[in-house]
Amino acid sequence: MHKARTLQDLILTLQAYWARQGCVILQPYDVEMGAGTFHPATTLRALGPRPWRAAYVQPSRRPSDGRYGENPNRLQHYYQFQVILKPAPKDVLDLYLGSVREIGLDLAVHDIRFVEDDWESPTLGAWGLGWEVWCDGMEITQFTYFQQVGGFDCDPVSAEITYGLERLAMYVQDVEFVYDLAYNDRFRYGEVFHQSEREFSTYNFEKSDSEMLFRHFADAEKECKALVAANLALPAYDQCIKASHCFNLLDARGVISVTERAAYIGRVRALAKACCETWLASPMGEYAPRYG
Amino acid sequence: MPELLLELFSEEIPARMQAQAAKDLERLVVGSLSDRGLLFDGIKTFSGPRRLTLVIAGLPAQQKDVEEERKGPRIGAPEKAIEGFLRSAGVTLDQCAKENDGKGQYYVARIKRVGRPTADVLAEILPETLAKLPWPKSMRWPGSPVRWVRPLHAVVCALDGEVVPFTFAGVESGRTTYGHRILSKGEIEVRRYEDYAKKLHDAHVVLSAGERRGIILNDMKQKAFALGLDWIDDQGLLDEVSGLAEWPVVLFGKIDDAFMDVPGEILQTAMRTHQKYFSLKPAESANERSALSNRFAFVSNMIAADGGAEIVAGNERVLRARLSDAKFFWDQDRKRRLESRVADLKKSIFHAKAGTMHDRAYRVALLAMMLADLLGCDIVKAERAGLLAKADLASGIVGEFPELQGVMGYFFARNDGEDDDVSLAVRDHYKPLGPGDSAPETPISIAVALADKIDSLVTLWRAGEKPTGSKDPFALRRAGLGIIRIILENKLRLALAIPLRAVMVISQAHAERSWDERLSGALSSRTLLKGIADDLAATAGKSDGATQGDLEVVADVLDFLADRLKVALRDKGARHDLIDAVFSLGGEDDLVRLVARVDALQAFLKTEDGANLLVGYRRAVNIVKAEEKKDKTTYEGEPDPKLLQAPEEIALFKEMAEARELIAAELAHERFTEAMTVMARLRGPVDAFFDKVTVNVPDAKLRQNRLLLLSRLRASLHAVADFSKIEG
Repeated sequence: MHKARTLQDLILTLQAYWARQGCVILQPYDVEMGAGTFHPATTLRALGPRPWRAAYVQPSRRPSDGRYGENPNRLQHYYQFQVILKPAPKDVLDLYLGSVREIGLDLAVHDIRFVEDDWESPTLGAWGLGWEVWCDGMEITQFTYFQQVGGFDCDPVSAEITYGLERLAMYVQDVEFVYDLAYNDRFRYGEVFHQSEREFSTYNFEKSDSEMLFRHFADAEKECKALVAANLALPAYDQCIKASHCFNLLDARGVISVTERAAYIGRVRALAKACCETWLASPMGEYAPRYG
Repeated sequence: MPELLLELFSEEIPARMQAQAAKDLERLVVGSLSDRGLLFDGIKTFSGPRRLTLVIAGLPAQQKDVEEERKGPRIGAPEKAIEGFLRSAGVTLDQCAKENDGKGQYYVARIKRVGRPTADVLAEILPETLAKLPWPKSMRWPGSPVRWVRPLHAVVCALDGEVVPFTFAGVESGRTTYGHRILSKGEIEVRRYEDYAKKLHDAHVVLSAGERRGIILNDMKQKAFALGLDWIDDQGLLDEVSGLAEWPVVLFGKIDDAFMDVPGEILQTAMRTHQKYFSLKPAESANERSALSNRFAFVSNMIAADGGAEIVAGNERVLRARLSDAKFFWDQDRKRRLESRVADLKKSIFHAKAGTMHDRAYRVALLAMMLADLLGCDIVKAERAGLLAKADLASGIVGEFPELQGVMGYFFARNDGEDDDVSLAVRDHYKPLGPGDSAPETPISIAVALADKIDSLVTLWRAGEKPTGSKDPFALRRAGLGIIRIILENKLRLALAIPLRAVMVISQAHAERSWDERLSGALSSRTLLKGIADDLAATAGKSDGATQGDLEVVADVLDFLADRLKVALRDKGARHDLIDAVFSLGGEDDLVRLVARVDALQAFLKTEDGANLLVGYRRAVNIVKAEEKKDKTTYEGEPDPKLLQAPEEIALFKEMAEARELIAAELAHERFTEAMTVMARLRGPVDAFFDKVTVNVPDAKLRQNRLLLLSRLRASLHAVADFSKIEG
């Protein structure tokens, strides 16, 4: 069995596999976000009746998880491989196991388990039921059947599959320090990202300008509301993600008190809700070919 | 007699829900069957990661025919009434018989219902019955009109080998199921339980949770024994992992030497909560805390082609990553004294309306001091332990492993050279954590554990978080039960209203000063304790706004605790009516005394005298009540001795007067059994009174006097308990 020897192989293998399942292979969204779920291809497309299948790599920014490049597996920037299948096909778990085989994990010698783990995002007003998938005791995937997004029922229900790529690669490559991963045959992960982790940790924890970030938060919130009023779901949603990222940066900086925290999350959720509502009232991606 | 085989095959069901789901399935199916008159010989259910199974033996092939007789309107009744009756009974007028009940003729419909084949009834009732299964969390998925815990893939439903056809959750019933996710391929056709169980076993599925549990425990113990080890008993984890594998295989791994100097509790918790691994200890070691072996056991769901080498290596690798996090925090955290973390608690909110955890730490310290004073133990140690109790919440390791709260505080406190009683109280103040956990037993731990629970109960109650229905987000019921258990199991004599009220006084008194000033003030002069006592005395009868509100909270919380106590006593087998009989006297906040009264009452009623006295009491009360109703008055007050005539009523009057004084004296000394022995002496005079004396005599004055005499019997007995609540 071919093993995905490098991180890059892993990405290419997953991409090719899910492309064969009819997924649109998207490129990362160009706004900072905390998880692949925030990508409009998941959040918004999970709503409404239209079928959808997409797969993409999404950089996830978690400012508080930065460890200045010292921790073996915590990163403030890492990659998620995200798959969304709508409606969730009946054999979706078999399809998923197919992807695990594809990246070189021989199911005859490994122990795969589906352990209850329900997913909830207070900032998106979203939740679903599912599992974390364990391979030999290691969580390699988060699997969720979306039930609600932005407070709206998902109908039909989508299946969301999220692979933590570095973690999975560390497992496949048998590496214990993330920076030692082979990105490809020529470069280590550390060569690509170590400096960036160090610098961004300093920025996130020490140097970010809180006043500016508060301002950006308020601006994004204001812009989002204005765009919702203009029935522009997608541009409004961009502002919602931006507000969310500003909040994460402020949180990492330690300038948001415990009480304020809940209030900020509530404000982002209100934006997400409004965007979802606007999306549901829009054509939701409908398109009739112009020339037949 | 036909056998029913029902299997619901789905994607992985959360382990914690499986056992209850099987019970609910059984309850619901049994209910539906008996509603339709279908009785059977035996029933069995099984639950596991991907299936719920139910087998019923000895069902009839069809329902019995039933004949029902329904009485209709009188002959000659208005047309509409007759029409309505015919419609509801589904018969025509000439099918009705006529009968006479002595007052006139009326119609009778004899409805004969022919029993239907059991298969038809099952096909009809199963879909609706299954839809009622109450999962704690359920979901929608494409193609299913109903919710289920996870998508359902197949339903086996066979009656005596034949399919019972129905559709549930978008799935048609049949005779096809599937085996182990990896170790089995393709469809499995089944007809009856016998071949079902065998075929599934061949397909690497152990149906019964009990059997899987047994396999795991046995395998683990055998393998451990061979290594000179034994498992550290963890029934909860054993139950959980039994629900995570259809074909459990126990494997052993090794903990890296680099982590063996980290406290065993940390290793054990990290292994248990994140990885579901079992910890092991040397076989000869009796003490669970003493030594942790460097091996661990875990359960896989796989017969691996390489004998499990890859699986073990993978699990060891994951554990190394987990433990390096834990070790990092442990090393970091010890660099600071626990005491210094109290200030860090300012950053975490306990409740928006009940302050920060920092406020809480000081409140608990002050309340623990006060309780120590009331219970007669060292107030300085109680204060110290109370203050430090929550400080470990600000440590890195507890942030990572919240379930280590308390335990880490203990290690840090010991590491800092705190007093042993103080360190132990920091660890044990969360106790009892649940029904299986013991209550703290040493004085300082008791004081801090009580202070912790009383503070959260009162402050959160005041903040409007009292539990309602199934909602109890702050686990106040558990806190209440904890208070009750600590008091009863340690036989603490404590008027609970005092500490309840004290929580509010502590929050408010000298609020202009810093917590440290208030605490050192309390320590040096004890004025605070005295202040609370004075305040309680002064406000006892007052009703100004703020105080009134506080007193209402105290009364509400006491009622709440009384309810929890009732539940606790009932669970221990005390009769609920006796509990009510004692509780409805009201005004009691000493739980030990309350329980003693219930116990004495229960013992008393088991004696012949007690049972007979109860009969006499009821007779007396019934007469008085009936006459009160008739006369539209109440009979309450002293009978006039001069009007007593019959020797039996004179005797009863005399005995009651004596008994009343004696009972009062015994009650004052909390000798409840003795008080009841006194009451027992009334049985003879009461019986004699009813034998010989007529109450309802024509002489109005005499009658009234006798009614007053009986009403006094009621009053005498109510000094001990409200006998009117007693049933049976």
